Amino acid sequence: MSDPVTQRYEALRAAADEACEPLIDPDAILVRVGTATCGRSAGALELETAFRESLDKHDIAGRVLQVGCMGHCYAEPMATLTSPGLPPTVYHHLNPFLAESLVKSHLRDTTPIYDFVLGGLEEHDLVPALDYLPRYGMEHRRLLARCGIVDPWSIQHAIAMGSYEGLARALCRPADDIVHEVERAGLRGMGGAGFPMWRKWAMARKFEAPRYLICNADEGDPGAFMDRTFIESDPHALIEGMIIAAYVIGADQGFIYVRAEYPLAVRVLENAIAQARELGLLGPNVMGSGRGFELEIMQGAGAFVCGESSALMASIEGHRGMPRVRPPRSAEVGLFGRPTVLNNVKTLSSLPYLLREGAEAFSAVGTERSKGTAVFALAGKTANAGLVEVPMGTTLRDLIFTIGGGIPNGKTFKAVQIGGPSGGCLPDDQLDVAIDFDALDEAGAMMGSGGMVLLDEDNCMVETARFFLEFTQRESCGKCTFCRIGTKHMLDLLTDIVEGRGTPEHLDKLVTLSEDVEAGSLCNLGKTAPNPVLTTLKYFRDEYEAHINESRCPSCECNELFAYYIVPEKCARACDACVGSCPVEAIFTNRKRLKVIDQDLCVKCNACLTACPPDYDAVVKISPLADLPPQEPRPDAGKGGE
Amino acid sequence: MAEVTLTIDGQTVTAPEGEKLLWAAEKAGIYIPHLCAHPDREPPFGGCRLCYVEVDGWSKPVTSCTEPVAEGMVVSTRSERVDRLVRSGFELLMSVHDLDCKVCPAKRDCGLRLVSRKTKVKLRSGTLPKLDRGLPIDESHPDIGMNPNRCILCGLCVWVCDEQVGAGVLSFAQRGLDTRLTTFDSEPLGAHDCPTDCMRCVDICPTGALYRKAPPTP
Repeated sequence: MSDPVTQRYEALRAAADEACEPLIDPDAILVRVGTATCGRSAGALELETAFRESLDKHDIAGRVLQVGCMGHCYAEPMATLTSPGLPPTVYHHLNPFLAESLVKSHLRDTTPIYDFVLGGLEEHDLVPALDYLPRYGMEHRRLLARCGIVDPWSIQHAIAMGSYEGLARALCRPADDIVHEVERAGLRGMGGAGFPMWRKWAMARKFEAPRYLICNADEGDPGAFMDRTFIESDPHALIEGMIIAAYVIGADQGFIYVRAEYPLAVRVLENAIAQARELGLLGPNVMGSGRGFELEIMQGAGAFVCGESSALMASIEGHRGMPRVRPPRSAEVGLFGRPTVLNNVKTLSSLPYLLREGAEAFSAVGTERSKGTAVFALAGKTANAGLVEVPMGTTLRDLIFTIGGGIPNGKTFKAVQIGGPSGGCLPDDQLDVAIDFDALDEAGAMMGSGGMVLLDEDNCMVETARFFLEFTQRESCGKCTFCRIGTKHMLDLLTDIVEGRGTPEHLDKLVTLSEDVEAGSLCNLGKTAPNPVLTTLKYFRDEYEAHINESRCPSCECNELFAYYIVPEKCARACDACVGSCPVEAIFTNRKRLKVIDQDLCVKCNACLTACPPDYDAVVKISPLADLPPQEPRPDAGKGGE
Repeated sequence: MAEVTLTIDGQTVTAPEGEKLLWAAEKAGIYIPHLCAHPDREPPFGGCRLCYVEVDGWSKPVTSCTEPVAEGMVVSTRSERVDRLVRSGFELLMSVHDLDCKVCPAKRDCGLRLVSRKTKVKLRSGTLPKLDRGLPIDESHPDIGMNPNRCILCGLCVWVCDEQVGAGVLSFAQRGLDTRLTTFDSEPLGAHDCPTDCMRCVDICPTGALYRKAPPTP
């Protein structure tokens, strides 16, 4: 092993190991605070300050480190404490007051505070390991492996934990060889369509240089936050993956197109790129290989359509973000008219593992046609909102109920929305579908970028379809007729239905328009826009019919079709909880001292239902409005009531 | 340039290699409805979605303005699927177009009336409600008037102004149904320096959204 690349890598690794000695030493005191966006919104920065102050106060020589997210966003703010005598221990649901207790108890007295322990990173008698959590038995963490452990601000730490080893191996091999390796591994694009990565590469390589590489981090699906978390937690996996891909396709310029709405991710990336350039991993001579690669960040200005590859390229070129017709494919005529390969964050971040461990290890998990792991962002009505990484082939049921912890508050599962505005809603009887590009497609949903929004009995499926369509309609670039105008007519039809003006013809028109928009639109934003409507019509047609035929919203979510009602038999005379909670003074007291809602004033904010003590549980939702008992007249202010 | 031979609606047609189906058909006298296409517009815009045709052996209809001719290709400009898409697409366009033909300066040159006449799809749709946009009419320019409520966003004026004339006065703004034809920063058209007597945007507009202002009455 004497070639310049290997030598350079070994020198980098040795320097990094030395620099990170205090982070790896099991006897050093170290507090890692999860400060990705999810942690920060839960108060992680205050927690970090509290840890620093407590360490000072108790005169403990320890370091406090900002790390990313382990995927347990529901349990933020979290911290991992390393100290002699105990395994590295992950704590959850912390606050600044607990920080001091932890410093005293865990770090000083070697006594964990078990109430807040999520698990240990290693096997130990005193702390149960994280691996014993049921979800860890089903998860397979590759992309997430270092998230929340590695310091995203330090390239040294990343290198000490194995970053850029895959790149060193890749640079020692001919590019063709890597294309074959990736083909054998069966890596497919994780941005939505699942296009085999090697084929994209092979296509672009056929056309003349200069070629470009783009990473699509314009994550815009409602409820999706995988790309943001990856970039904030382990940016060097992405940068390493991009350098590998650039080497294979022969690109000397790359772009990361990231939403401007992700300011932390942008800062982390800027820092990581600067560090990589400093160490010669980017620049004119990548790791001593003699090949150059430059990486630039482009910030999107908030258009969802710029996640579509040709619109994204138009945006980088400085044009209005509008998709263009294909062919030619971007592998032939892409950015600035040059052959361009565009991949998603997760796809590119998978490359370092693939190159480090080999195709066999990569494809050891997965199904026949979908290899490796899939990452999802769980959101909505789930107990464990956050990121999960499972082998392809895991069933949705396992993912939602075992890993995601099921539906909170004792509610019943209704549907899972997969793939964002382009995806579909699957009901309970479809939950045994395995997570796999083709199986999900068949069921009417799609893998998509990995957003997974859970819906429970309180979610109306017609309203859900309307919500997603409103999103795509608003985000349509306006270029083509079907997407610009067709989705607007569809939205108007759905609005009619949720507001109680629906007729059976509405459904027929909706289906016809859906089919036309699907067949006629120019790009995939329009072609897939009807999916939420079509899948909810397929699996939840009864809800549409209830709205239309009975003016009833079965989930009592559509404001025009339900009303709040206080059951007189349950209402307690001495209680005024609902009266005080109502922001519009719609609740009055009748002559029997029972509370009554003035339906003309009610704005359906749900405050009274929340305020009514569980012992009484007197506030209910009633749909259709015809079932509402006759409205009791409000007593004149002078005579009765108050 | 090499010629290829193909069949369109049973008629044998020869066309230079690389030419788009739409123009090959047009030269052979076969009508395919279209509003946003122009032979010089490269890459094709593909926005109006009216020029769908069927190609034998292909699973779905394709837009003929974007599809190049190929040797031995068998194309039909009509089929149940194509007719449905054309009808649906045209009705959608008409549902946002102000039908003020009586006062519209496009008159006989109106591209919408041509499509309607040729495809037998009525100008006034019976199935879709009219979506009123109520956008302000801009008559600030000495020669050109702009009524965005008639605009169907074919983008021909944007293209001709930017790439043919090089003036870059016109552009698209906003998203979704709010997408509209406008100038930079939505300034009045009159605030921009158009080349003298250019009028190419007016000449290319198929709908009367951009029009010659009537000469002031003396």
